[in-house]
Amino acid sequence: MSGRSPRSLPGRLASALAGRTPLLPRRLRVGLAFGCALVAAALALGALASRPPAVGAQDGDVAGGAPATTSGGAPATAAQRAEGRRLFLAGCASCHGEDARGIADVAPSLRGVGAASADFYLRTGRMPLEDPQDEPRRKESFYDRRQIAALVAYVGSFGGPPIPQVDPAAGSLSQGFRLFAENCAGCHQIVGRGGITTGAWIPGLQEASPLDVAEAVEIGPYVMPVFGDRLTDRQVDSLARYVRWTRQPDDAGGWGIGHIGPVPEGMVAWLLAGTALLLTIRLIGERTTR
Amino acid sequence: MRGSTSRRQLLLAWLGLRLLRRLRRRPRGAAPPQPRRAEPPEALERETPSTARAERLAAALLLAGALAAAGFVVLYVVRPDTQLLGLCLGGALVLCGIAAAFAGKRVVPQETASEPYEELADARQVDDVNAIVREAGEGVSRRGLLAGAAGLAGATVAAAAIVPVASLGPAVGDRIAATPWRRGRRLVDRDGGAIRPEDVSEGSLVLAFPEGADRDTLDAPVMLLRFPPEQLEMSAARRAAAPGGVVAYSRICTHAACAVSMYRHPLHPPTAPRDALVCPCHFSTFDPRRAGAVLFGPAGRPLPQLPLQIGADGELVAAGGFFGRVGPSYAGEREGPA
Repeated sequence: MSGRSPRSLPGRLASALAGRTPLLPRRLRVGLAFGCALVAAALALGALASRPPAVGAQDGDVAGGAPATTSGGAPATAAQRAEGRRLFLAGCASCHGEDARGIADVAPSLRGVGAASADFYLRTGRMPLEDPQDEPRRKESFYDRRQIAALVAYVGSFGGPPIPQVDPAAGSLSQGFRLFAENCAGCHQIVGRGGITTGAWIPGLQEASPLDVAEAVEIGPYVMPVFGDRLTDRQVDSLARYVRWTRQPDDAGGWGIGHIGPVPEGMVAWLLAGTALLLTIRLIGERTTR
Repeated sequence: MRGSTSRRQLLLAWLGLRLLRRLRRRPRGAAPPQPRRAEPPEALERETPSTARAERLAAALLLAGALAAAGFVVLYVVRPDTQLLGLCLGGALVLCGIAAAFAGKRVVPQETASEPYEELADARQVDDVNAIVREAGEGVSRRGLLAGAAGLAGATVAAAAIVPVASLGPAVGDRIAATPWRRGRRLVDRDGGAIRPEDVSEGSLVLAFPEGADRDTLDAPVMLLRFPPEQLEMSAARRAAAPGGVVAYSRICTHAACAVSMYRHPLHPPTAPRDALVCPCHFSTFDPRRAGAVLFGPAGRPLPQLPLQIGADGELVAAGGFFGRVGPSYAGEREGPA
């Protein structure tokens, strides 16, 4: 250590205030600047990662709720069923069979799956599939709203569960959180960002409308278990309310980092810890002349 | 394997030597290198910064470290809370480290010497090293205090490192194998209500706990699933433990003890992956139709099945303890599918 600058902190402070010497030695200043740059880079990265994902519709509930009232509220007419039959023969029968009884090892029978199942698969674009071996994923719906209502009326005419009624406003957010944590978070992740299981994708729920939630819980699409007989309507309302909340959850910690769990959080911790370590090294280390 | 180990050891030794050489010839200031002579090393620049205050501070840091390490020992015996234990041991190491760094800067003499490196293990150089060690205490007035504090800190940290040995061996007993599940113990849901076989429908997963026991232990929670009995591919004993096709498995993954919280149930089996219980941590995948056998992933043994029977009032009760041990595996523990 050089003998020029006063050692004691008060002395150093006084000297710095008088403008004679910088408060911190050069080494430390460089270290601090480097650390600040690192932290700023980490923050910028995190800000990029935590941008809220684009939600297709401003309010998916309205988009998702409307067909429920047309096909679930009003009774299906014979004309609708006939139109549905025509569309079914053109678009679905090659896999599900001409009379919707299914084809072994290709596609299941649709007799008895009900309007709930047809509405879910068609409205979320999961059906029709290009290849029956494909995993159904959410995409732009192939049919327009009127055609979906007709197909749902046709498939629903074989019996099975109707399109459920769901009202997130009647549910409780805290109950929804508790139910979601117990039944759904294992796969869909606690703020509904989805993920994978062995052999299948698990969809994120950012675009799922309350009706999507109610229908999925009822029918258990693809490899999802069935929850229909274990949850009351009120509980489904609560679940739908919680799922809607997860689109923009409160970040109590201040920084969501994309809401994708402990891995990015750990990365940030490593960055901060690494910065602190670098600072410490700068502080206690010495430069050699060679 | 042996070759790589010895190479690694060689590499480590080489690195250590490099480090030693660097430390030894670390120059300071603009002093020109001096040729080595037989005399004790000549300090080109030497200051003895030690002040009573610095010594007291170093001693205080060491004593604080000792106190934290002693706290670990006391807590370990009295109230083993992992958070507090970690705080104590971490605090002790950090405080001792700060004390050592501080003493190195402010207590012992700071000297700079520059010399060309020569072979070690020369008798005269050994004398030199001894001389350096003797001179290291120069200007330090409270050697007794510092040495005592350092000794105490060392002893308490060592004690803190050794004390956990008391938890090994016979102290473990049968705690690892014991579970709250006994023959006749009822399965209840989260609200304490009995579960009947008809409450478990095909394609849904029902969580159950032992009635009247602690639910927060690893061995308490089980998952109930239902399959058509003819689809269960298991031994007669295992099949008898699944009344009406209702099977119960431990919720805890046999790999690293995460909660096995994913249930994969295909809506249309021919075009989707088959029924499986999947752990979200490392994707260990278990087959619930085949006694919990591992289909995929790092788990080394099947998910333990809990034998079930129907109680007097038609509710589900345990028919005994688990088939297999519940909880994570250790030291390569493996057993084939049952």
